Amino acid sequence: MTTVVFNRRNLLAAGGTVLATGVSGLLLPARAQGIAPTPSMSGGSNNYRKGAPTVDRIGKGGFWMSGTVRRAGDGAPLANQRIQIWAHTTEGQEHEPQSHGATLTDKNGVFRLEMPQIIPIFGQPHGHLAYDSGEFMTVFLRPVMRSAKETSLEAHFVLQPA
Amino acid sequence: MRLAKVTLIWVALAAAICVPISAAALSPLLAWRGPVYILAGFAGIIALGLVLVQPLLIAGYLPGLSGYRGRRAHHWIGGALAVAVVIHVAGLWFTSPPDMIDALFFTSPTPFSPFGVIAMWAIFAVALLAALRRRLGLRTWRIAHMSLAVVIVVGSVVHGMLVEGPMETVSKAALCALVLAATIKVMADLRVWRKRTTSR
Repeated sequence: MTTVVFNRRNLLAAGGTVLATGVSGLLLPARAQGIAPTPSMSGGSNNYRKGAPTVDRIGKGGFWMSGTVRRAGDGAPLANQRIQIWAHTTEGQEHEPQSHGATLTDKNGVFRLEMPQIIPIFGQPHGHLAYDSGEFMTVFLRPVMRSAKETSLEAHFVLQPA
Repeated sequence: MRLAKVTLIWVALAAAICVPISAAALSPLLAWRGPVYILAGFAGIIALGLVLVQPLLIAGYLPGLSGYRGRRAHHWIGGALAVAVVIHVAGLWFTSPPDMIDALFFTSPTPFSPFGVIAMWAIFAVALLAALRRRLGLRTWRIAHMSLAVVIVVGSVVHGMLVEGPMETVSKAALCALVLAATIKVMADLRVWRKRTTSR
């Protein structure tokens, strides 16, 4: 039953995004070429540990967190940007150091980090991501999985200069 | 026949509350939770079970607990409900303070949080009003309590249904449906909304 709710919500959110993008593109042609910066999500910074180490993999892995980092305005991919990732997983709670790790984007602005399976915490299976390196404005994301059974999650950053 | 009916009512009530608790106790999610978080979660499930008992008690539907005894039990269970909610919130606060602060300040990204927080305040408000009910007058007290009861029931059911946690979906939905059904039935039977002269 919860799956249905999440699906509908996601559908609404996705539909809303498409609608907003489409409509604003039509109504505001001047802004159509400018890609808007991603705002921080509410609750995104919860249990953040500043300066978690860059790792090849968090714990034993099995779950993939991936996404992109682009620049606001022209949407150019940003290489070598540090993204920190954390979540409540099968190997630790959200606040525990072993649940945190960071990775860098490649030349296409893509990051991808293997981590333990995320499980529902505080009522939703979700992950946390942070860009907090100073060159651009800090952004905290908190994507929610459609189902707790999924083994991957994506989050995308569009950053604006600090 | 009479004994059969009495047994059936009590067995059904015990099953409605104990099956969801047992199903949650078997959840694989518990393996990755600390004891305080587990305790907080079960305090919430038990609170939902108590929300089912409350209307049945006050309406005198439970065999052996009608009339005065039913009302006394309703008072005590009401107190237990407030304590269960305190344990639920305190345990979640201990588990992840920032998430609980978000919930209490209505800034949480989770859609179920405000329903739970509103139900919590309604439960505390009923407890406070119950302590002051002799000063309120019977009619005022009843209208206040019944209004808050609706908030508690709707808030608790929506909160519970939207949370994705150790509770098993079918038993959770059944318990929530029973809570709604019991509340509607009791509200209809007690006719508290109807004006009438009362004396104390």
